[in-house]
Amino acid sequence: MPYILNTPDDEQTMLKAIGAESIDELFSTIPAEARLPRALNIPAAMEEIELTQHVGALGRKNQAAGDHVCFLGGGAYDHFIPTVVDAVSSRSEFYTAYTPYQAEASQGSLQAFYEYQTLICQITGMDVANASLYEGGSAVAEAVLMAINVTDRKGNVVVPESLHPEYRQVLATYLANLGVQLVTIPTPGGYLDPAELKKAVGPETAAVVVQHPNFFGHLEEVEELVRITRAAGALYVASFDPISAGVIKRPGQYDADIAVAEGQCLGTPLGYGGPYLGIMACRNEYVRKIPGRLVGQTTDRNGKRCWTLTLQTREQHIRRDKATSNICTNQGLFALRAAVYLTALGPQGLKETAELCLQKAHYLADQLATIPGVSLKFNRPFFKEFAVKLPGDVPVMLKQLQTKGYFAGLHAGRWYPGLADTLTVAVTEKRTKAEMDGLVKAIKELVGK
Amino acid sequence: MNNTQSIELLFELSRPGRRTHRLPVCDVPVKPVSSLLPAGAVAEAPPPLPEVGEIDLIRHYNNLSTRNFSIDTNFYPLGSCTMKYNPKRHERFAANPAFAGVHPLQDEETTQGMLEMLWDMQNFLTEISGLPAISLQPAAGAHGELTALYVAAAYFRDKGMTSRRKVLVPDSAHGTNPASAVLAGFQTITVKSNAKGLVDLDDLKSKLDDSTAVFMITNPNTLGLFEGQIRQITDLVHQAGGLVYLDGANMNAILGITRPGDFGADMQHYNVHKTFTGPHGGGGPGSGPITVRDFLAPYLPTPLVKKVGDKFELDYNLPKSIGRVRSFFGNVGILFRGWAYIRTLGPDGLKKVSEHAVLNANYLLSRLKGNFDVPHGDRCMHEFVASAKGLRREKRISAMDIGKRLLDYGYHAPTVYFPLVVPEALMMEPTETESKQTLDAFADALIAIINEEPTFLHQAPHTMPISRPDEVKAAKEPILRWTA
Ligand SMILES: Cc1ncc(COP(=O)(O)O)c(C=O)c1O
Repeated sequence: MPYILNTPDDEQTMLKAIGAESIDELFSTIPAEARLPRALNIPAAMEEIELTQHVGALGRKNQAAGDHVCFLGGGAYDHFIPTVVDAVSSRSEFYTAYTPYQAEASQGSLQAFYEYQTLICQITGMDVANASLYEGGSAVAEAVLMAINVTDRKGNVVVPESLHPEYRQVLATYLANLGVQLVTIPTPGGYLDPAELKKAVGPETAAVVVQHPNFFGHLEEVEELVRITRAAGALYVASFDPISAGVIKRPGQYDADIAVAEGQCLGTPLGYGGPYLGIMACRNEYVRKIPGRLVGQTTDRNGKRCWTLTLQTREQHIRRDKATSNICTNQGLFALRAAVYLTALGPQGLKETAELCLQKAHYLADQLATIPGVSLKFNRPFFKEFAVKLPGDVPVMLKQLQTKGYFAGLHAGRWYPGLADTLTVAVTEKRTKAEMDGLVKAIKELVGK
Repeated sequence: MNNTQSIELLFELSRPGRRTHRLPVCDVPVKPVSSLLPAGAVAEAPPPLPEVGEIDLIRHYNNLSTRNFSIDTNFYPLGSCTMKYNPKRHERFAANPAFAGVHPLQDEETTQGMLEMLWDMQNFLTEISGLPAISLQPAAGAHGELTALYVAAAYFRDKGMTSRRKVLVPDSAHGTNPASAVLAGFQTITVKSNAKGLVDLDDLKSKLDDSTAVFMITNPNTLGLFEGQIRQITDLVHQAGGLVYLDGANMNAILGITRPGDFGADMQHYNVHKTFTGPHGGGGPGSGPITVRDFLAPYLPTPLVKKVGDKFELDYNLPKSIGRVRSFFGNVGILFRGWAYIRTLGPDGLKKVSEHAVLNANYLLSRLKGNFDVPHGDRCMHEFVASAKGLRREKRISAMDIGKRLLDYGYHAPTVYFPLVVPEALMMEPTETESKQTLDAFADALIAIINEEPTFLHQAPHTMPISRPDEVKAAKEPILRWTA
């Protein structure tokens, strides 16, 4: 039996010290009728060699993004992960530690999270960041709950359809039992029309959530949207792409109240959707309402600078039913990875990464638009993702492209019935001209048939 | 290690012009950014991130890592957290690009191996809990609690029982229980523990009525005791028309021995990052799947993994589903490690885990009971709670002093001051992966500590990089980020 060290001798000595006849006696408080009278019906044990072979065989039934040329996005992106990220996060002093409750035995994690909080403030342009939430969707929901709490408004929350459909679904779930209405504004033009927002917000609106760049990759008219939101007395929640911060204005620069993001793009493998990283930052004035762990700087009894978990009276373990959130375990290791990623890139690296995404996405969009019957679905500025209209059955075409080695994009019709003819295509800094030319050629061949 | 390099912040190491990662030149014709994006949207400069070279970055983090206790370096008997050994093979499996490189929105044809693993995991976890339906979506234990309470709310709404607005929670419960209940729109009512540390049945009875939605129970409870009257408890709740929620944080005590579904629970969460060894990552990630009874299955979040013939599919077709609680499938990387653990151990191995977790805890308890108050008897399940109340009164030694001094001996502190029902609580969970020798050495250290000079303990730790951070100052004048 791996991982258990007690020998039969140990077992006897220990039972004797306890004063028990058998291990079974230790379970005597469990009523007999509640005991499982049989073995669990799960497969028999496997040794490491067997299990390694089994995992290998299962893996061969998957096709990973790296086996194809990947243009899939929709909140999870095939960005490059510098080796240093894996090197640091595979230090088991980091990955086998618990939440840093004992500051003296956790200065490594605490300082790393304090640095993470600072880096998140830098890429959001906000005042304070927490030490992570689960992922991008629940981060939106947590931001909205925080806004409800700050504004003390329980009427409605307004979002455009250009906010990630799964984030909207999460938000709907979180609001369903709180009596707060979720108002969704259609975005037939692929962006939120400020005039529509103006009509939707009112004195009961707690928050407006806008994703920028949005689900289609387009920029929203954020400055105008912030003005409208503020005039209504609601909080503006910005859901943003951290990579885009290398080239476009950051949420703090356009005056958002709360910024949230999916941090997967910052050094986290695609991993079929998780674990990822929920990023959250806000204005200073809301710090006592922010959910999740916060690391603060202080001094120890000898006057040394050090770090500790702080403002814990917001949290469930102190405040129980009055806590700002129920979150306990967060995504610490992925906050660490994001911190290493951002440090490895630095300002210039983030800018170059963002610009490569921008340039390459535009190159591909231009090339695709030269194919007869293919066109950009919307005429809006975009960052690294865009929507194209295809002549034909999009899911069928995607399958055909897959057999040619391309994960060509996502079928927007999956979430938007009106966009059955539309593909969203994401381009990261990893994509080469040759790969993109290959995709264009493959689509051309399909369309020409 | 206590060198100064390791306490400089990244921002202090930064020197203009340094960097670690470099990008290739753009291989497509470059257009001016101003021709691609509206001028008003473009930032004047990139964020002011630190500028650090590769060797500095690596030294920085490697030095920081040495300022942590971790399972891989220290015994870590943090009660309620199940800090067992995290097998290395799991890290290799999870890093396999055939899993780590799969995009969450890929076509199901291309993810059959992934879905098969997740399908297995659904089956393993339902079998272990004795509850037949499952969602792997929640990201951690607290998220599982919230999800299950949403499921309960949807069920009551669907049945027209909208007056069931109350969630009952024992006073010994973890803080996430009442916090999750409020987040799910319920009102919380606290149920008292009796002198034995178990649910006070009379108090429970007096609080159950037709406004009861859910009773949340942790079993074994946070005192490390099995609620022997669990059947009476669940019957009472069911008779009142309520549902029983089991906080499964303590599943490590009962794998293959008893099942929540068999003792009357209607829903439960797992902490895969505890029971099934997902490494805790310095705070996370976790994974908090929930299993529920058949009649609650229609309300689970989607998607679920379904097997049709010999193919695996994602099933979104649950018209009464509460919807999503997060984007994408779940914390798959942690589920994968849990799956590998269950595959490694098999049915006998899992049962042995619980047997030795309980043996180790009882042995440690037997070593300590002459020296510490153990208010809830001399037998326990996988963990127990000692109290420094007497020591505090007689010698002015607190649970905190003991915890801090343990660090000097190379042991992580137990969970202190939780559960709230025990004054000066020291909650110890050794787990099955520790040896008798480690437990003996730890017990010796604890006994030595309480015989040390109290004033010396008040200033402990003495050998750690820092000692007793000023938490009042940290909260009063919060400094939550570095500024130039
Ligand atoms: C008894 C109990 N319940 C619930 C939780 C919450 O689980 P998580 O931290 O995974 O959200 C914990 C973990 O700290 C716990 O110990």
